[in-house]
Amino acid sequence: MEKKTLEIKDLKRDFLMGEETVSALKGITFTVLAGEFMTIMGSSGSGKTTLLNIIGCLDKPSSGTYLLDGVDIEKLSRNELARLRNQKIGFVFQSYNLLPRTSALENVELPMMYNGAISSKQRKEKATHALEQVKLADRMGHMPNQLSGGQQQRVAIARALVNDPVMILADEATGNLDSRTSYEIMTVFQELNDKGKTIVFVTHEPDIATFSTRTITLRDGRIIKDFKNDNKRSATEVLKALPVNEDDKI
Amino acid sequence: MNVSNLLRIAFRALQHNMMRAFLTMLGIIIGVGAVIAMVAIGEGSKASIQAQISAMGSNMVTVRPNSNVAGGVRLDATSVQSLSLDDVQALLKQGQYMSAVSPGVSSKGQVINGSLNWSTTLQGVSPAFLDIRDWPLKSGVVFTDKDVSSAAKVCLIGQTVVDNIFINGEDPVGQVIRFSHIPFKIIGVLGKKGENAFGQDQDDVIIAPYTTVMKRIMATVYLQNIYASARNETVTDSASGEISTILRASHRLKPTDADDFTVRTQAELINTFSSTSKLLTILLTAIAAISLVVGGIGIMNIMYVSVTERTKEIGLRMALGARGIDILYQFLIEAILISITGGVIGVILGVAASSLIRIFLSWPTLVSQSSVVLSFMVCALTGVFFGYYPALKASRLDPIDALRYE
Repeated sequence: MEKKTLEIKDLKRDFLMGEETVSALKGITFTVLAGEFMTIMGSSGSGKTTLLNIIGCLDKPSSGTYLLDGVDIEKLSRNELARLRNQKIGFVFQSYNLLPRTSALENVELPMMYNGAISSKQRKEKATHALEQVKLADRMGHMPNQLSGGQQQRVAIARALVNDPVMILADEATGNLDSRTSYEIMTVFQELNDKGKTIVFVTHEPDIATFSTRTITLRDGRIIKDFKNDNKRSATEVLKALPVNEDDKI
Repeated sequence: MNVSNLLRIAFRALQHNMMRAFLTMLGIIIGVGAVIAMVAIGEGSKASIQAQISAMGSNMVTVRPNSNVAGGVRLDATSVQSLSLDDVQALLKQGQYMSAVSPGVSSKGQVINGSLNWSTTLQGVSPAFLDIRDWPLKSGVVFTDKDVSSAAKVCLIGQTVVDNIFINGEDPVGQVIRFSHIPFKIIGVLGKKGENAFGQDQDDVIIAPYTTVMKRIMATVYLQNIYASARNETVTDSASGEISTILRASHRLKPTDADDFTVRTQAELINTFSSTSKLLTILLTAIAAISLVVGGIGIMNIMYVSVTERTKEIGLRMALGARGIDILYQFLIEAILISITGGVIGVILGVAASSLIRIFLSWPTLVSQSSVVLSFMVCALTGVFFGYYPALKASRLDPIDALRYE
C-alpha cells in the first residue's frame, strides 16, 4: 500500500460569529498519497482557505481527524504544531512573504533558524542547494526588491523546500503573477513533483489545475468533485508553445 | 531554537532598521550619558572637597572652648578660660585613640623683617602639631621639646609670610624677624598648603613653641585650641568621644552640665560638605534617571509599532515553525540589544562628557565605576521591562490572522 501523506476524515470546522455558528467545513474526507500533485479548487466562500489553514497546521478542526504523515494533529500543543509546520510542511504564499531587506539566501535560511539541530554551515549549504534547485544560484545575494515577482516566488519555493518537508502547501502561488511567469512557476512545481515531492496547491484558476494529477473542488464546505487527471499538461511545453516575446509584437 | 540563532535573528532585524534602532537608542544614550556625567560632577565635587579637608589633616580633632558671652558681647576665644595645659597633659596620659596632642594658642600681629612688615598670625603649638596637620617642612628643622621647655625664640614661617617679608629671594632660615617686639630666629620654612576649604590662606602663618607665645607674647596660661590626631581615620569618632570624656573629667563637670568646649573632627566637616554634594548628586541622578525611564518608554513605543508593522512577518515566522516563545525572545532580544547598545554608547558619551566638563569648565569630575555599572544594568533591565509587553503581544498573535494582516 502506498504511503499516505494526508489522511482527512469527516473534517468539520465551525466558527462562532456572535450568536451564530457558521460552518465553514461540513465534513470533508480525502487522502493524499505521497508523490501526488493535488489542486484544491473552489470559489471564495467555499471553505478552501479554512481547509488550507487546517492542512497547514495553523488551525485545528472542530471535529474529525487529520493525520499528517501519520501524526494526529488533534493531540498536539501549539508548540508541537509549530514544530510540525517547521519540519513537515513547506508553505508557498500568494504574496511571496519574503522578509524585506533580507537577501534571498537568508530568506531561504529562515525556516532552519527555528530548527536548533542545524548548524550554521549546514544551513548555508542547504539554502544554497535549495536555491540551485529553483535555478536562482546566481541571485543568492539579491534583496527581494531586486528580484522580479517570479524570482521572488521561486525564492519562496526554495524556502519551502529547504527543510525537506513531506508536503509543499501552496496558497494561490501563481495568483500575483502574469500567465507566462505562472507557467514558469508551475514548471518548477512539476519538476519537484517529478522528483517525488507531494504538493497541495490551492487555487481558483481552472487553468492551473490542469497541471496537477488530481483536483478536488469544494463548494459550500463540501467536496463536490474529486477528479483524477491522468494526462496532466506539461508546463514546460505550454511555455514553449507561448509566443516567444509577446511584448515585442505590439 | 538556540541562543545564537535568536541573537542572529534579532541582530538582522535591527540591521535592517538601523535608523529607527538608532533613534530609539537615542533616549537611552542620552539617559545613560546624563546619569554618568551628572554623577561624575557630583562625585567630583565631593571628592575635591574631601581632598581639601583631608589636606588639613584628615585625622585631626580640634577642641575649642565654647565662646564666651559677656553682657551680650561675644568675646574671642582668648577670653575663654576653659582649656589649659593640664587638659593637654590629661589627654596625653589617658588617651587611647590619639597618636598626638598639641596645645594651640594664636596671636595676630605685625611681623617685621628690616624695613618690611606683614600682618599675620603667630601660632603657638608643640612639635607634634606638624604631624597632626600632616604638614611637611620645605627647609630647615622643626623646633624641639627642649625649645618648648625653654620657651625658645625660634619659629617656622609659612610661604605667604616668606613672600611678603623676604622679597629678594634670600634664604629665610637663620634670619631673625620680630613679632610684637620679640625677636624670633627662623629655623624652618613650612611647605605650601594653599587655601583651605573655606578659602583661607593656610600659608599666612608663623609657628612657634606654645610656651614662647603664651609666656612672651600673650601672657596667658589658657589655650585657645587643643589639636589632637586620631590613630587613624576610622577611630576619629572614638577619639572625639574620648576627648570629651577626659576633658569633662578634667574640668570636673557634673553630668547635668553642658560641655564648656567643642570637639570637632574633620569627618564632621567632610560630612557637612558631603551632604550638600550628596543632595546635588541625588538630584542630578533623579533627573537623569527620569530621562532613562523616558528612553525606556521610547523603546516600548517603538517596539509596539514594530510589532504591529511586522505582524505579517510574525505570521510568516510562525507558519515557518517559530513557536510563540521564539517570537517573544526575538522581540525581547531586539529590545535588550537596543537598550544595551544604547547603554554602551551612553557610557562612552557620559565619560567623554565628564572629561570635556573637566577640561573646558575646570569642574572636578569623577566617573565612578558604580555609576557606570549601575546605569548599564538599569539599561538592560529597561530593555527587558519595556520590551516584554510588546514581545508578549507579538508572541500571542494568531498565525492565521497575522499572515493575512494588511
